[in-house]
Amino acid sequence: MSTNFDERESAYGFEREYERAGMGGRGPRRMQRRKICRFCMDKVDYIDFKDVKLLQSYTPERGKILPRRISGVCATHQRMLAEAIKRARNIALLPYAAD
Amino acid sequence: MAEKRSYEIVFIIDPDAEDAEVMRLTEAAQKIITDQGGTIVKTEMMGKRQMAYEISHKRNGIYVLLEAEGSGAEIAELERRMRVNDRILRYMTVRVDEGRRRAEKLKARRARKAEKRPGSGKAKAQAADTEAGNDAEEGA
Repeated sequence: MSTNFDERESAYGFEREYERAGMGGRGPRRMQRRKICRFCMDKVDYIDFKDVKLLQSYTPERGKILPRRISGVCATHQRMLAEAIKRARNIALLPYAAD
Repeated sequence: MAEKRSYEIVFIIDPDAEDAEVMRLTEAAQKIITDQGGTIVKTEMMGKRQMAYEISHKRNGIYVLLEAEGSGAEIAELERRMRVNDRILRYMTVRVDEGRRRAEKLKARRARKAEKRPGSGKAKAQAADTEAGNDAEEGA
């Protein structure tokens, strides 16, 4: 069951460091380094929907929004991010679904 | 209702439109806003770019960004006009003043927190530095 979980996470191919910490743990699941919110570190107050490059890094191949359990983004910023991604989708800067 | 609101309007023009037509459509949009008593703060031609999905069987589009201030009536009028114009593939209006106010608030809160932190003379100076940097960026 735990292998299944790991697989799902690695499918996103995000935050390599985190993956390394999370995977490869035989026996009891290793405690992983606490992730800190990238936006808080950079003191971001507003996430612009036109910043395609930034938003793309939070929408893996399928075009879904990366869950914060994986990216480590804080709740406040995840909300801003989600809003921005949805706006970008509306004007075709990001896909709703990519196959 | 009396207060001024800021909007960002992005619209996508048919990729087959020539430069002159793009200009014409953009000016028309600006005129609608100014005629209704709004003001144009910024106009940015984002140029032709590939869209993430097809709109009316087109893969590309010419993106134009307008930043405007007004009461909201001009936006209604502009959207009504854009809806019937089939050279405009897609448009979106976002109200930005609320988001900006919120950003200010967050910034203020962060500044307060930095001040409160004990023995953080260095941290405070650093925070002030980045604040100044942000301001400069916004000004540009």
